[in-house]
Amino acid sequence: MSEAVRLALGLAHRGFRGRIAAIDVPAKSSDLSPAELERRLVELGFIEGAEVEILHEGLIGRDPIAVRVDGATVAIRRREAMAILVS
Amino acid sequence: MSALAQSGTLHFALIGTPNSGKTALFNALTGSRQKVANYPGVTVERKSGELKTPGGRTVNLIDLPGTYSLRARSPDEEVTRDVVLGRFATEATPDLLLCVADSTNLRLALRLVLELKRIGLPLLLVLNMIDIAKHRGIEFDLQRMSAELGVPVITAAAVRRGGTDELLRRLDDLAQAASGTPAANSWAPPSSTELRTAQREADRIIATTVKRPAEPDTVTSRLDKVLLHPVAGLIILLAILFVMFQAVFAWARPLMDLIQAGFDALGAFAHETLPPGILQSFIENGVISGVGSVLVFLPQILILFLFILLLEDLGYMARAAFLMDRIMGGAGLHGRAFIPLLSSFACAIPGIMATRVIDNPRDRLTTILVAPLMTCSARIPVYTLIISAFIPDRTVWGFASQQGLVMFGLYAAGIFSALGVSALAKFLFWRESPTPPFMLELPDYKMPRVRSVLMGLYTRAKMFLYRAGTTIFSMMVLIWFLASFPRPPEGATQPAIDYSIAAWIGHALEPLLAPIGFNWQISVALIPGMAAREVAVAALGTVYAIEGGKEAAAQIGEALAQHWTLATALALLAWYIFAPQCASTLAVIKRETGSWKWMAVTFGYMLALAYIAAFITYNAAVALGAG
Repeated sequence: MSEAVRLALGLAHRGFRGRIAAIDVPAKSSDLSPAELERRLVELGFIEGAEVEILHEGLIGRDPIAVRVDGATVAIRRREAMAILVS
Repeated sequence: MSALAQSGTLHFALIGTPNSGKTALFNALTGSRQKVANYPGVTVERKSGELKTPGGRTVNLIDLPGTYSLRARSPDEEVTRDVVLGRFATEATPDLLLCVADSTNLRLALRLVLELKRIGLPLLLVLNMIDIAKHRGIEFDLQRMSAELGVPVITAAAVRRGGTDELLRRLDDLAQAASGTPAANSWAPPSSTELRTAQREADRIIATTVKRPAEPDTVTSRLDKVLLHPVAGLIILLAILFVMFQAVFAWARPLMDLIQAGFDALGAFAHETLPPGILQSFIENGVISGVGSVLVFLPQILILFLFILLLEDLGYMARAAFLMDRIMGGAGLHGRAFIPLLSSFACAIPGIMATRVIDNPRDRLTTILVAPLMTCSARIPVYTLIISAFIPDRTVWGFASQQGLVMFGLYAAGIFSALGVSALAKFLFWRESPTPPFMLELPDYKMPRVRSVLMGLYTRAKMFLYRAGTTIFSMMVLIWFLASFPRPPEGATQPAIDYSIAAWIGHALEPLLAPIGFNWQISVALIPGMAAREVAVAALGTVYAIEGGKEAAAQIGEALAQHWTLATALALLAWYIFAPQCASTLAVIKRETGSWKWMAVTFGYMLALAYIAAFITYNAAVALGAG
């Protein structure tokens, strides 16, 4: 996979399309422990190589976001989406 | 040792990810032969039912809470894990697991299947909603999928007539297979690396066995462009909620009036037919009005749940939570708490029952705690009575009615206190535990099925009547008893209630209630007022010896204006914003949380708030010269 520019999905705008490069949970990124958040993201299908697209954004602070992940749509807050690095 | 050899009844469990159509399949398989209860000690709903296989075997089917993994991140998922692993004391270990998957969205379900295989129990994958998948042009190589997974695969369309025939036919073979000794259990909570590996394997199997057309579901993406639009989506959500609120509030009214009138007529009939005395009073005021007070809520509950079930089956509920997440989150409430809280303006009982749409138990409990603070319709008679008796009907600021403003203020006080209490509850009870992140799948829109919605309504109605009904009814009888015993002596001059236990309690409470400006008549009226808030109006009429009950509201108002000061009236209004003056609500809280503790917490905090609010109001009013 091309290591172009890595971007946190939590910072991307509506219409963004890309592939997940890594799940990297910084400490203190959520009320959950980094390991737990990582497992929950993986359980919702966020794994390396999966195609993602931001379909919708909420009104306040463009949060939460609705993300298309390999055919399914998942709603997630930008805070947790910071752990999903996309390229 | 198989359950077959022991009792002849097999235990099968349905397991699956959220939105897999698991409940629809459960409904299709068990029909009306299902039981809904709570698992002992937890507030998790237990749904089970019986079915007969074509071969004549009895199968007890249990519908386990939806989960993405057996790691158990919530009490619901702990139940699923413990039942599946045979650790749940009161549940038989399943003889067979039926893993249900949405055929149009297999990724996460196949990963769950790979995890479930490690338990060693006989396992079957049911590709549900196969009709929708075929309609979209998705093709499956079932034999290959079954070979790759090492698990039998069967297709089903739970909501279609005959859609579960193949599954039923196969159940006999599966029952045979299930009688063997299960393989060893090698399940352990998977690490994120194991989850990734399993997901890759699931993705590989999908790539080799499922052929999808290039376009994803266009209906859903087109609808979402409007329904999830940051502005238009919110406006539509508010419009839907407005219609729903109107329906619960207004459409239910004629039916409720009809039920009320029916029970009033029945009561009058009993009054005329039976000789005067204790039996007459018990049948008329205890039994008939007790049953009536339960049934009168049924129209509201049915209408509210009709909306909820339609929105849920349509796939809109998750979208509503998405739209409301930030707005409700500010007050520490879940996006899904919006509908229950709004319904509570009509009545807290359907509102509290509607909290079932919130799957996180902590968020659900907070919503249940604050729902009774929303100004329900039963407070309106009390508010109207006092406002019209004490607040001058004049126009302020050139346009606003002063009486209307007071009414508005009472509603606003309810809403703001609910937000305050929810923030406080979060701080008091859940300071330690982390806020659950908002992460949920937005399923594709699906047309709700009449049969499935009716089944859901039937289950809710039955549960309300059986479980809440029995508690509400017994509380009504208790309140009747308190207000009727002992009987007044011969030649008594005072109203009968003045000689009752309720009057003793009222007099005993008077010193406690004097600081908030309540006289003993109010104290006495508060006790039958526990039955339902509006009963307090009739009870005040009774203690002030006014014949004619509710119809005589105008007369009661005049009597109150003579006997009470403005400060007392205002204090009673403040009291009614908060007071836990409704036995039915408390009964439903007990039922829905499965614990006396939360009922007591609700009762206690509301009572404290009511007392403090009335105390401040009374003393401020007296200080301002309204005493």
